[in-house]
Amino acid sequence: MTSALIIEQLLNGLQFGVMLFLMAAGLTLVFGVMGLINLAHGSLYMVGAFACAAVASYTGSFWLGVVASLAASAAAGALVEVTVIRRLYNRDHLDQVLATFALILIFSEGTRYLFGSFPLFLNVPDMLAGPISLPGGLQYPLYRFAIIVVGALVAFGLYLLISRTRLGIRIRAGESDRAMIAALGIDIRLLYTIVFALGAALAGLAGALVGAIQSVQVGMGEPVLILAFVVIVIGGIGSIKGALVGAVLVGVVDTLGRFLLPQFFQLFMDNAQATSIGSALASMSIYILMALVLVVKPKGLFPANG
Amino acid sequence: MTDQATQPVLEISELYKSFGALKATDGVNLTLYPGEIHALIGPNGAGKSTLIRQISGEYPPDSGTIRFLGQDLAGLGVADRAQLGLGRTFQVSSLALEFSALRNVMLAVQAKSGSSFRFFKPVMKDRDLVDGAMKMLEKVGLQDRAHIPAAELSHGERRQLEIALALALKPKAFLLDEPMAGMGPEGSKTLTGFLGGLRDQAPILLVEHDMDAVFALADRISVLVYGRVVATGTVDEIRGNRIVREAYLGEETS
Amino acid sequence: MVRLSKENGLNCVLALALLAAPFVATALDEPFYITLATRVAILAIAGVGLNLALGLGGLVSFGHAAFFGLGGYAAGILASHALNYEPILSSPFELNGTTQMLVIWFVALLVSGLAALLIGFFSLRTSGVYFIMITLAFAQMIYYFAISWPAYGGEDGLSIYVRNVLPGVNTMDPISFFMIAFVLLMLVILFSSMIKNSRFGAALQAARQNDERLATVGIHPFGIRLTTFVISAMITALSGALFADLNRFVSPDMLAWHMSGEIMVFVILGGVGRLFGPVVGAALFILIESVFGGISEYWMFYLGLVLLGVVLYARGGVIGFLAGKEKHD
Repeated sequence: MTSALIIEQLLNGLQFGVMLFLMAAGLTLVFGVMGLINLAHGSLYMVGAFACAAVASYTGSFWLGVVASLAASAAAGALVEVTVIRRLYNRDHLDQVLATFALILIFSEGTRYLFGSFPLFLNVPDMLAGPISLPGGLQYPLYRFAIIVVGALVAFGLYLLISRTRLGIRIRAGESDRAMIAALGIDIRLLYTIVFALGAALAGLAGALVGAIQSVQVGMGEPVLILAFVVIVIGGIGSIKGALVGAVLVGVVDTLGRFLLPQFFQLFMDNAQATSIGSALASMSIYILMALVLVVKPKGLFPANG
Repeated sequence: MTDQATQPVLEISELYKSFGALKATDGVNLTLYPGEIHALIGPNGAGKSTLIRQISGEYPPDSGTIRFLGQDLAGLGVADRAQLGLGRTFQVSSLALEFSALRNVMLAVQAKSGSSFRFFKPVMKDRDLVDGAMKMLEKVGLQDRAHIPAAELSHGERRQLEIALALALKPKAFLLDEPMAGMGPEGSKTLTGFLGGLRDQAPILLVEHDMDAVFALADRISVLVYGRVVATGTVDEIRGNRIVREAYLGEETS
Repeated sequence: MVRLSKENGLNCVLALALLAAPFVATALDEPFYITLATRVAILAIAGVGLNLALGLGGLVSFGHAAFFGLGGYAAGILASHALNYEPILSSPFELNGTTQMLVIWFVALLVSGLAALLIGFFSLRTSGVYFIMITLAFAQMIYYFAISWPAYGGEDGLSIYVRNVLPGVNTMDPISFFMIAFVLLMLVILFSSMIKNSRFGAALQAARQNDERLATVGIHPFGIRLTTFVISAMITALSGALFADLNRFVSPDMLAWHMSGEIMVFVILGGVGRLFGPVVGAALFILIESVFGGISEYWMFYLGLVLLGVVLYARGGVIGFLAGKEKHD
């Protein structure tokens, strides 16, 4: 086992974490500002991936595909916010879970109707194909590296948005006191739609970026959604910073676990058995991480609102 | 036995609690002796509710001790302290709103009379529970409203129900957080009379804004300002205390 | 004197209708409907389990598929060992599989109870959204474990070649198997009705309405909730064991989060906290599946619309619509 291999796995973990952050940021923002738990967030991820794949294959341009994914997922987000989600803000979490579960069914089957059950494929753009040489002579896929950079830029952009802009001030006000923000004469309905669409666009972007590494298919958003839940539970629901830390933690632990645990068990049992035990345990590792965090901090690492 | 009579039921010493820069409880010492009503007064934001919450077990103090019947309460939760005999009412009524008044009190009777891990016998056929709860409702004058859901009771009736719940626990000390709040003059008068008789059952730590009630009931009064006890004494001592008049009573009357 | 409330009357009608369904199906020579009725009865048991936690206790568990699947795998694993004559354990003592339903049910209850104790211990430290997400995450953990653990079929699942046996009953006969499910359904409904009216039930319902109040009278909400979570999981696991026997097949799908969502849907469609809510909910679910499923392969789309409609406009579910709002003593 070389250190180059470990660094490569670390980068893979980071890339996975960055992608989870794009998902988790929207979830945690929507929960922090509107108090809503949105299971259909994974559907918006799927919408982004499908929009990107469809536009990219039609125009031949991955970049137009990415623009389309942002536009389509933001539009889909705004549409469901106005038609359904808006009615759920004052309901209990059970209603929110069920209504957004219903939205998943509607989105998934609708997409299956439009695009069929077979996966679509999205190619990595030529510009980002091939490897990049990192210091130390390490070769790493340029596209994956680009995802890490995009994720870092988005995290920085979100930080600026929330700490430096008028919209950000309103978002923070909405988190701490909903009555106050209404009293300030801000159109709270519009603010909520914007926040929801922003979260949706981030999810759509994640879907489009990942679509080029994995296949684009119905149901692709659901495993990611659940991982994003784990991320925000670990980070503290409502905290963007928590989402970032949680996402990187989950990404790295999951990737390294899958890489290291089978090797670890090979030290004292035969290969086949070590691989099965190791990979079974690795698939549980992030949930065990979550349980451990909860024992120490039941409200996550960075609890919002105190 | 005589020695026990002079031991405080509740003894708070050097209690501190801060929320960020705000010192909500700033070195509080307080005692509650058998048979007395000890009123805790102070302006809004003085830290009365925070103190009550530390006694009841909702907030852990930063430092200091709370002893109840000689036992240090540190580390014990709300339910543990209730089992030990702290009977508490809330500033804002806290009831199982879907349940009738009777079933609310039955819950307290049930908690007092043994395990809640009984899965088969219907509670409404359990005469001990129903009769015991009914008796408590009679004591506070709610017997005619026994089958009304708590959500449909009037504000004053909910206050009475809270007291019935505390009574049903047969506590060793009462912790009453503004029982008169929003009661109206007539209701306050009745309740004052009722609480006066309660001190024989168990001593009362009474947080109250209604000064008529406080002066009528209290054996001793402590004045809390900015998290500190600025004075403790009998009704007359507190009435005559200049610091108290300036810090608190002056504000109240102006 | 027995006073029959509107809801109790409705419940009797529902129980009789479900009981009659397979016999009507036989008379009409439509044996497939016996299977549908059996599915309703079995899935309703899962719903009754969740309803205890969700309806009475307000514990929105989004991970009950874990218990449903554990029950299923208990049946599948025990049966496969017995049918292949392979002991489960050879040292330190020999432990063999079994095809006896009674033993299988017992193991299903035991395993799921232990799992629920562990999951509940962690997840009940939190509440609200945290609880929803954590129960979902733990169920997902078991799901991925089942997929990546190759011994019992992994992703492909595990077949049970012959339906397990119960003394004195021919379990391969569809009506007999339906009767097993039906009797168990009635028993768990009776059990949850008793719990609802008991001291434990009073504490549980109080914990849902106001856990501060419950603690203030001296009852620990955590212990009450954890016990409920365990009982609820065990009932759902029983349903899983029966479901495995109905299909003679178990797979990770039983553990998938869609299953958790579906069990929750049974409870909601029927009416949260209502005794027969899960029965109506499961029946409605199967009805939508077979009616819309016959028309369009995208039947889940319509299920989504129905569910959305119920959540937004018909909070009380079917029982709430027919029998009105629930009354407490």
